[in-house]
This record gives sequence, C-alpha cells and structure tokens, in this order.
Amino acid sequence: MSTDSVTMLRRNFKHIARNPTSVFNAVLMPILIMFMFVYMLGDAFNVGVDYIDYATPGLMLLAVCYGLGATATSVNSDMTRGIINRFKVMDVRRGAVLTGHVVASLLTNLIAIAALIGVAFLLGFSPSASLLDWLGVVGMIVLLGFAAAWLTVALGLAAKSPETAGMAAVPLVLLPFFSSAIVPADKMGAGIRQFAEYQPFTPIIETMRGLLNGAPSSGDAIAAIAWCIGIALVGYLWALATFKKRV
Amino acid sequence: MTSSAIAVSGLRKAFGDKTVLDGIDFDVPAGTVFSLLGPNGAGKTTTVNVLTTLMKPDGGTVRVAGHDIATETKAVRAAIGVTGQFAAVDELLTGQENLQLMVDLKRLGSGEGKRVVTELLERFDLVESARKRVSTYSGGMRRKLDLAMTLVGKPQIIFLDEPTTGLDPRSRRTMWAIVRELLADGVTIFLTTQYLEEADQLADRVAVLNQGRLVAQGTPGDLKRQVPGSHVRLRFASTVELDAAARVLTGSTRDDEDLTLRVPSDGATKSLRVLLDRLDEYSIDAEEFSVHTPDLDDVFLALTGHASTEVTAR
Repeated sequence: MSTDSVTMLRRNFKHIARNPTSVFNAVLMPILIMFMFVYMLGDAFNVGVDYIDYATPGLMLLAVCYGLGATATSVNSDMTRGIINRFKVMDVRRGAVLTGHVVASLLTNLIAIAALIGVAFLLGFSPSASLLDWLGVVGMIVLLGFAAAWLTVALGLAAKSPETAGMAAVPLVLLPFFSSAIVPADKMGAGIRQFAEYQPFTPIIETMRGLLNGAPSSGDAIAAIAWCIGIALVGYLWALATFKKRV
Repeated sequence: MTSSAIAVSGLRKAFGDKTVLDGIDFDVPAGTVFSLLGPNGAGKTTTVNVLTTLMKPDGGTVRVAGHDIATETKAVRAAIGVTGQFAAVDELLTGQENLQLMVDLKRLGSGEGKRVVTELLERFDLVESARKRVSTYSGGMRRKLDLAMTLVGKPQIIFLDEPTTGLDPRSRRTMWAIVRELLADGVTIFLTTQYLEEADQLADRVAVLNQGRLVAQGTPGDLKRQVPGSHVRLRFASTVELDAAARVLTGSTRDDEDLTLRVPSDGATKSLRVLLDRLDEYSIDAEEFSVHTPDLDDVFLALTGHASTEVTAR
C-alpha cells in the first residue's frame, strides 16, 4: 500500500469511528442480532448441533455486511463534497482514495467479528477448529470483506447522494437472511430454498462452518473463493470505471 | 519561462455542442495577482478547472509554472494550490487533523509537518478551534481553514475561485489581507470573483470573460479608462427646475422619471465650483448633488453587454 493510501486509510477509519451510527451498525448490531437469535430464539431452532455453533459463522458473515452501509455512505460523501477536488489537484495517487475506503471497511469488519466471536464464546460457542482451521476462517473473512468492500465502494460511487448510497447497501444486509446463515437452506420454502442454496453467501458460510467444526469441505471452499474473487473483480472494475467518470 | 507563472494561448473547451471557452489567451507574470471577471456562466470556473488539471482542454496550450498541463500534469499539480468556491475541508476531522492530512499527502517530514501545522493555525487565527471538528466551524472559519490547507507545502501559484463568496465584510477583508501577504512572499495568484471591488483592491491585471471570450484585459485603471468619464448627478424637486438646469448646463443628459441630470465632469474642485456657480447664477436649486467616478462595475456592465441605462446613455 502506498503512503497516500495509508493516509487515506487513517482518515476513513477516523470517519467510521466518529460516526455513532456506523459504529452501532458495524459492531453492535451483529452482536444484538446474535443475542436475539441465539438467546431468544435459539432453543426453538432444531439444527442438529448447538445453535450457537451453527449460527456463529453465519453471524460473522452478517457482521461483514452490516459494516458496508457506512462504507457506501462515506465513499459517496467523498465524491459529493468538496474534499475530493482538493485531492484531485494534488499530486496524490488517484486510487489511494478508494484503497483507503476498502482497507478501512475491511478493518472495521475484523474488529466487529473479533467482538462478535468474543460474545459467542460467552454464550457457549465451542468450535473444534485447529489453529490452521482458524487461519482458514480469518482468510475467508478477509477475502469476503475485501470483495464486499470493493462492491460497496462501487455502489457508493454509483449512487447520486450519500442517502441513496446507504440504501444501495441494504440488499447486502438482507442477503444473509436468505442464506444458510440463520437456518439451514433445506428448511426453507420452495423458491427461497433454491435461492439460498445457490447464492454466494451460502458456500462462504458453509466453508467457515466446516472450518470451525474441524471438518472443512473443499467443494464449498472452492465455490466460496470463486465467488469472492468474482465479486471483488466486478466491484473493482465497476468502481474504477465509475471513479474515472466522476473525477 | 521564468517570468510567466501562467501562459494560456488559444484555450478552447466545449461541453457537447456548447462552447464554453472559445479561444482565450492571457499571461500571468510570476508574483502578481491576476483576476478573471465575468458574469455567471461565462466560463470562469471552467478556466480554473482546466488550469488546475481537473479538466482537459479541447484546444490550445496552457503552461502553469513552466509546465505543460497536458504532458507534465504531475509537475503542475506539485506547483499549485487551489481553493475553490466550496470549502474543500473534511468535516469529520478537526482543523488540526485537516492540516495534518495535507502535510501527510504533501509528504512533509514529521518535524517540518508539525511546525507547518502550528504556524498555519496561528496565522489563520484557528488555534482555539484546532481540536474541534470542522462541522462546528462557521463559514468564515471553514474558508480560512480551506486556504490554510491550500498553503501547506508552499505552492508557487494559488488559484482562488470566488474565495470570498458568502463571507461577511470582515472575513472578506481578512481574506484580502492574507492574499496581500502571499503576494509579498512572491506567490502568484489567479483569482476569480464576482466582486469587482475585490479585483480592484487586489489585482495587478484584470481580464473580463464573456460568453467564452476575453472581452477586455488590463490593469483595473486601464479598464476604467475604457468606460466614458466621471460625472456629476443632480436631482431636482420639479420638472420646471430640471428644464431650467438642462438649458443652462450644456452637454448634460436628463432623466425625466428620476428628475435627475447627469453632467460630465472630471470631479475636481475647480470644475465643481464652476458648475455650482452656474446654477447659482440662474437661481436653480438642486435637491441632491453627487459625484460619480466609474468603477469596475461600470466596466463590467459595459463590457459584458448587460448594460444598465446609465452606461448606454453615455
């Protein structure tokens, strides 16, 4: 990462940390949802294993998604407010603005997930993952966070105003519910079940679930990695094209 | 290219089929203030955008700080500072953090960076609010911070696009004082403004842009001379007196609606005394008496074709 990107990252991270809504959505909301599903509803679900063990990987993905709204909004604010013009007439690497947002988004995700896993342990989470499996989980999260961040940066750039940018990230927040995050896909109604089985989040969640159970599935992992690379590539190219048009 | 800070020749720019800049030429000597005037939509901001590398021109050549804007963009960017119409500050950061951001992006060392931040905060009277977020700043403070940010790294050429629009008279004067200080440091300033008084106060040379062309260029004094001379304005209580005065004062122009008479005059005491004596001789009393010298407003209105009745009457 260039010096300019590090400078931008520091700036973006301060933005996120100083906005109570961003902190709430990105860090506290996933924990609240965990309490809701595990503590309130958990006993009602019959998924074959302890519900906290089932739900934690899904909630980790959800935590990534909940951080995205803030990224979309702040990318768009950068474009619609005067500050971008200042960066443009300076000898600053153009991509640094975007890289800064992507890395800030990723760091927010990692903080949120660390907090979430901490709470999960308090609620009785007992994974049987080896150190190598844990590294796999971290790798999966970083890859997912990276892909989702590029897509969100593109959404933020394409939106007309910061408000609509926040809205553009909403589908990404809802999508985890239509995956195997909360309940297994085969318990869903027809139509939604097929959707849940084939949407990108399901293999990603199943990969993490497998790793945390100490029984990783290479089929899911390949699909998950392929999806992430695909999403990252589309997001990156779309973001770059929109960025060039806007600046 | 040592004497020219900005050299523009045959600059053209169109958006679709709408021509915004239709071949403009000007030259700004280093260490001077050049002011571009023009009505809204004349192409002032487009000119600034092209000169500051934000937009590519469709034709012509532009050299800024001796570098071609098309081929040596990086060198141009390293030499210039820009303060636009809307404060380009980061609202979620504090004043100090905003300046630090510039220090980091300009890659000043940490020791020098600290010194620059402190110095600018002091110079722009922002020390007290340095640790407050910019979202709590007033409009004037934002503009000051904006300009302070532009000065990080000591740019040789500074572009100020309507820097005082929306500022109260006191803040405007502070801004003017800062511009004069910069000039004393040898900085070249390219200023666009809607306030002709501002150009008159600050600029060494003024150019008037209208419908994509430069319709006049010169010192403020040169331009004022292009508009016919100063005059005395007399207002009377009735048409009878206006008639009488118009007969006596040859060469004057009357306005029956306002009951006023404009008499060409150089405004010197001697000619004024002659004028008043003549009125006295015929026992004509004027209700109001005022001397008018053309200001840049008159020049502007005359040149940009939005002429008031006053100008066409001459």
